[in-house]
Amino acid sequence: MSDGMTVLFALGVMAAAVGGAAVLTWFERRLLGVWQDRYGPNRLGPFGILQVAADMIKLLTKHDWVPPFADRVVFIFAPTAIVVAMLMGFAVIPFGPDLHIIDVNIGLLFFLGMTSLAVYSVLLGGLASNNKYALLGGLRSAAQMVSYEVFMGLSLMGVVMLSGSFSLQDIVAAQRDMWFCIPQFLGLFVFLIAGIAESHRLPFDLPEAEHELTAGFHTEYGGMKFAMFMLGEYLGLILISAMIVTLFFGGWLGPWLPPIVWFGIKTFFVICFFILLRAAIPRPRYDQLMSLGWKVMLPITLINLVATGAIALWMHDGGAMT
Amino acid sequence: MMQLWESFWSQIRTIWRVLKHTFTKAETVQYPEQKPYLAPRYRGRIVLTKDPDGDERCVACNLCAAACPPDCIALQQGTREDGRWYPEFFRINFSRCIMCGLCEEACPTNAIQLIPDFEMCEYDRQNMVYEKEHLMIDGTGKYHDYNFYRVAGMAIEGKDKGEAENEAPPIDVRSLLP
Repeated sequence: MSDGMTVLFALGVMAAAVGGAAVLTWFERRLLGVWQDRYGPNRLGPFGILQVAADMIKLLTKHDWVPPFADRVVFIFAPTAIVVAMLMGFAVIPFGPDLHIIDVNIGLLFFLGMTSLAVYSVLLGGLASNNKYALLGGLRSAAQMVSYEVFMGLSLMGVVMLSGSFSLQDIVAAQRDMWFCIPQFLGLFVFLIAGIAESHRLPFDLPEAEHELTAGFHTEYGGMKFAMFMLGEYLGLILISAMIVTLFFGGWLGPWLPPIVWFGIKTFFVICFFILLRAAIPRPRYDQLMSLGWKVMLPITLINLVATGAIALWMHDGGAMT
Repeated sequence: MMQLWESFWSQIRTIWRVLKHTFTKAETVQYPEQKPYLAPRYRGRIVLTKDPDGDERCVACNLCAAACPPDCIALQQGTREDGRWYPEFFRINFSRCIMCGLCEEACPTNAIQLIPDFEMCEYDRQNMVYEKEHLMIDGTGKYHDYNFYRVAGMAIEGKDKGEAENEAPPIDVRSLLP
């Protein structure tokens, strides 16, 4: 693609991601309704889809308030950081054989780096609010992200070993014979859980935990700044789903339909699965979350790593399986 | 290890059970379009009823106001020329009323009654305050032939003490005659 086309495509991806995140706020509520035997927002427009617009108008017209006791600069900076970081993450995702904004040879590391940057947003938001609930939320998110980041990265090393590359296009291409969800099912399992924790979605939403911490790190946020946090969270959900599809479910690979459609369908199903998890599983206690991370998930990851390495060595003398 | 497997399996089972709810019908009642069934004696809004002769039943005894838990009833007692008591004003603040029905139970003349209407939203809060003319209905409500002054011993014009239904003439306590 030419430079101009790339810029256009990047803008298109950005618009699609943000629009998708907005629609997701409505879609998630409808889907939760289905699973909880109720309807969810169904009044405004066909199937209630205009609820998104109504929410938008409400959030945009809210008083944009910075509490006097907050650290003003950081308080305003924090919500933008998560959106920027999450949108940057979309840059390396391959949507089709030649359909990507940029295909760097360290695409996977770039993605991990960007999701790690998003943590700062939550942290700084909690710190700058100068409020005990926000501080506790920020504290929790720091501990949670640090411990889940460890095996989030490690769980992907199996995929890297099998494909022999950090480039996401190469990883997708390496799944032509078999999707990595079969040989790397442990990696998939761990990455799924780490992904939920990373985007602090519901079973692991301890940083906001509205029952204990009112709203956790965004207690003091309102209006559009709050909306930015929400947007970042939903962007993170889409990003993690897209990554799971790319790394474990063959990305854009698939018969008959055009690649981008396959990518969309797969991502959609993973998002639905995330929402199902939200509908089904209650939030664990904080110490349970930590012990699950360090005592169960990390050993599983290491076992997976060693086993994958051994098999890769055994099958191809010291080479990658590609 | 066993415990770990148990807890993991429990999560999987939960997810499966919730997923099965995709095919169950929503319990929601789509309220404004779909009305719920209300029992004939459902307690909603308060009305003031009239006796079979068309006179208001309320004698302004204040028992309802005393029984009311959120204190939403206000009234002032007055006396008509024929000796009957009546409320000069009778005011219920429905933004406070909890529709408990204690006023109905307290009422000695069956004047105050609760009807199944509960849809009384207003945009202006002041409109939730109902005066006597808003509360009064033309009928007798649940008790069709009860008339307080016809059975009570109180003297009014055209009916002295002892002339009410099932009432004996008063005993003259100063007389020695049996």
